Amino acid sequence: MKPYLREKIPSGFDEIPDTTSYEAGYLVTKNAGWRNVRPVIDTEKCVGCLNCYLYCPDGVISRKDGKVQIDYDFCKGCGICKRICRVGAIRMEAEK
Amino acid sequence: MALTAKTLDETEYFYGHKACAGCGGSLAVRIALKVLGENAIAVLPAGCMSAVGFNFPQLCFGNNAIISTFAGTASMLTGVQAGLKAQGITDFHAVGFAGDGGTADIGLQALSGAIDRNDDILYICYDNEAYMNTGIQKSSLTPFGAKTTTTPAGKNIHGNLRQKKNMFEIAAAHDIPYAATASVGYLNDFIRKVEKAKSIKGTKYIHILAPCPTGWGVKTDETVGIAKEVVDCGLWYLAEYENGSFTLNHEPKEFSDVSEYLRKQSRFRHLTDEDIEIIKQSRDKKWEFIHKNFKKEK
Repeated sequence: MKPYLREKIPSGFDEIPDTTSYEAGYLVTKNAGWRNVRPVIDTEKCVGCLNCYLYCPDGVISRKDGKVQIDYDFCKGCGICKRICRVGAIRMEAEK
Repeated sequence: MALTAKTLDETEYFYGHKACAGCGGSLAVRIALKVLGENAIAVLPAGCMSAVGFNFPQLCFGNNAIISTFAGTASMLTGVQAGLKAQGITDFHAVGFAGDGGTADIGLQALSGAIDRNDDILYICYDNEAYMNTGIQKSSLTPFGAKTTTTPAGKNIHGNLRQKKNMFEIAAAHDIPYAATASVGYLNDFIRKVEKAKSIKGTKYIHILAPCPTGWGVKTDETVGIAKEVVDCGLWYLAEYENGSFTLNHEPKEFSDVSEYLRKQSRFRHLTDEDIEIIKQSRDKKWEFIHKNFKKEK
């Protein structure tokens, strides 16, 4: 199971678990606000080597139709994917 | 056949964490868990990865994970595997992720004890070469010349005066079933080593160099490149210890420029040419030892 973003964020005491923690992979906040630049994939150029997927510290790059896609909710914009891409299919764009 | 990016488990087990952008340690944890799978039970002492992975109620591990005391990573791993075995559960991998301080300084005694008992655990040290979580203090794995908040660079003393502790060979000296070094710049090598450790019974130790952009003073996109360069210039090496002998996995044909590697990082920017000469000499001495005592991979 991949950790995933929950719709409901606990706010009161009655919603806090009575054990020591929530279940594994309980995410309530995004990391998207950390970013100044965002990686954008050129699917025309992408050859699906998956190097960016392998080297992403946050694991936000996943496979899609033989190419890759990015989960912008959790990408921090570090730029490792752009540096590792051998065919230059990733460019960094300024966040507006 | 060895796992590659194409055959690796697609599930993410370390996701949504609050590590700095470009964090090498989180990359090591993420990849190791993908190799070990959902039956891995992770133990993390105080350190970056526990600080960024368990921000209640944000729980970034997709498998079971627990925080241990700073000194007790290996002893908690011992407890985890003993407890599961007592319940008749055998299909699991007890894995610890401790930083360089949590391994070579504070957790060394517990690790040594676990290796002595040969408990069935995998201990992974992600080495970012200082106590990064608390704001960059020197650990015994900080290299010579590095500037930290406790080894500042001044006119007379140029950063850390001590050499990096040889943690890999200390683990090997216990005659451990399996020990290895790795780097986040060479992930396929790391994947192969975690896979191998997964299949071995007894205590396993993997020491992975994981650059920290914040503490090393490099850009966030340079983590992987600098982790490759440290191996290419000979200041780190990829090796294994098994059945009583050392094997070198990767030998650079020719070392790349050490000063180029050092000058890129703000923690080394103050070094003089003489300091760099000392670093080069200690590198050559180390490689002389490696050539004498390590087998070459066939």
